[in-house]
Amino acid sequence: MGHTTTEENTMAKYLLLKHYRGAPAAVNDVPMDQWTPQEVSAHIQYMNDFAARLEKTGEFVDSQALAPEGRFVRYDGEGRPPVVDGPFAETKDLIAGWMVIDVDSEERAFELAGELSAAPGAGGEPIHEWLEVRPFLTEMSTVTE
Amino acid sequence: MNEALLRSLIPGVLGVLVRRGVDFAAAEDAVQDALVEAIRVWPADPPRDPRGWLVTVAWRRHLDTVRAEAARRRCEDRVEEEPQPGPTPGVDDSLQLYFLCAHPTLTPSSAVALTLRAVGGLTTRQIARAYLVPEATMAWGAPPAEGWGRISRAKRTVSGVRLDRPGDVATVLRVLYLVFNEGYSGDVDLAAEAIRLTRRLAAGIDHPEVAGLLALMLLHHARRASRTTPNGELVPLAEQDRKRWDTGMIAEGITVLQAALARDRLGEYQAQAAVAALHADARTAEETDWPQIVEWYDELVRLTDSPVARLNRAVAVGEADGPHAGLVALAELGDSANKGHPVPRYAAVAAHLHERAGDLDTAARLYAEAASRAPNLAERTHPTRQAARLNSRPR
Repeated sequence: MGHTTTEENTMAKYLLLKHYRGAPAAVNDVPMDQWTPQEVSAHIQYMNDFAARLEKTGEFVDSQALAPEGRFVRYDGEGRPPVVDGPFAETKDLIAGWMVIDVDSEERAFELAGELSAAPGAGGEPIHEWLEVRPFLTEMSTVTE
Repeated sequence: MNEALLRSLIPGVLGVLVRRGVDFAAAEDAVQDALVEAIRVWPADPPRDPRGWLVTVAWRRHLDTVRAEAARRRCEDRVEEEPQPGPTPGVDDSLQLYFLCAHPTLTPSSAVALTLRAVGGLTTRQIARAYLVPEATMAWGAPPAEGWGRISRAKRTVSGVRLDRPGDVATVLRVLYLVFNEGYSGDVDLAAEAIRLTRRLAAGIDHPEVAGLLALMLLHHARRASRTTPNGELVPLAEQDRKRWDTGMIAEGITVLQAALARDRLGEYQAQAAVAALHADARTAEETDWPQIVEWYDELVRLTDSPVARLNRAVAVGEADGPHAGLVALAELGDSANKGHPVPRYAAVAAHLHERAGDLDTAARLYAEAASRAPNLAERTHPTRQAARLNSRPR
């Protein structure tokens, strides 16, 4: 393999991962059903505005939320139905949803994750939630040597 | 280009090819090709006879395909008998398509996709966008070794079915109801599309449940503008701005429903439409005729024995006879309704009834539970706000 393209200024996709559990505790760590209705609305407005702004800048790719309860499934051999286990109430790591962004640099990905983490929560104060930022593996470059 | 006109012509064109002896799957492929071609060519060069244009192009496409296959198989002599153009098929021809596309051997998602394409005249790309899946997932075309798309799989399933066999109205209605419930995303309004297809079916088939479903769709669609905030948050019926309801559509829905009910062959869609009509009829939420709604839910429970009908009945009983009576009706669903595979919205209904009965702590806990089980963000946000409202009340 020759020189890599990571130093060059190409767009790269990042996953901003939001956890129900498994991330370090947020600064303003109050569950949403303990906020006031106005605070819930302000939070949703912030999230909608954030996604709309990223669509305008051409950096938004996708955003999805997941239901909290899931099951584990595995193959159990030829001719047998798959094994289904759970849901496990005690699962340490639980993903709540994600946003995929397509940005110029890792710095920009961090900057946007920081903004998303500043979404208002209880008392109208930023939640300071920890978001996991994961780069996508890229397509293989046309020129690799 | 008038896309509505274009799409309304598709079933008839498909009917022409099928009556010329082309097998359904091949005819549908050819018509889809013609449709895509029309979308490309018509804006700059609109045909004088759109329907004739589509028949001609679809027929040529079909012959091209047959010739290509024949060439491959070295038996060109098969394709020389080109039949004369037949008479213009009427509504009846395209009605058969409804039954074929909703054939009981199809999975619901395949039946929906095939109906939208063959009857609705949508392109594969439009259908894929509407359902937020990649086009290849929805597609048809040359089959790979495995992994047929939904439409391709559906067509293989029904390819042996004869078009003249009388179909099952109930399955067709279920498919149209599924399309209606998908709402709208992408560039196609699936709810409006479902109404269009049901309206056409109702024009061709004299069946009170077809009319009942059309009435149900119209009465629900009439309220659409008031059902969500610009933010996408859910607005419950009691809080909707009734001035924004489409009174013309409500009037049409009620007329269609009354004609259907007069036939005295009640079915589940007519009963649901009757409930929707009673809501639409009330100028304010307070004027709602809840005792009569309870009676319609009694009919619906009798017709379907479905837990969803029982749950909705409990809501109506709660409004008609008070929250304690509502909780008793809710208890009739049994414990299993809230465990394992819970009835959708069970926790939200229980929360609402407990709140009205004055047990605010239980209500707040149930609203939070409803939020954690919600199938979409709008239905998650609403109970979250209710829980927040109760939890942040002064104590």
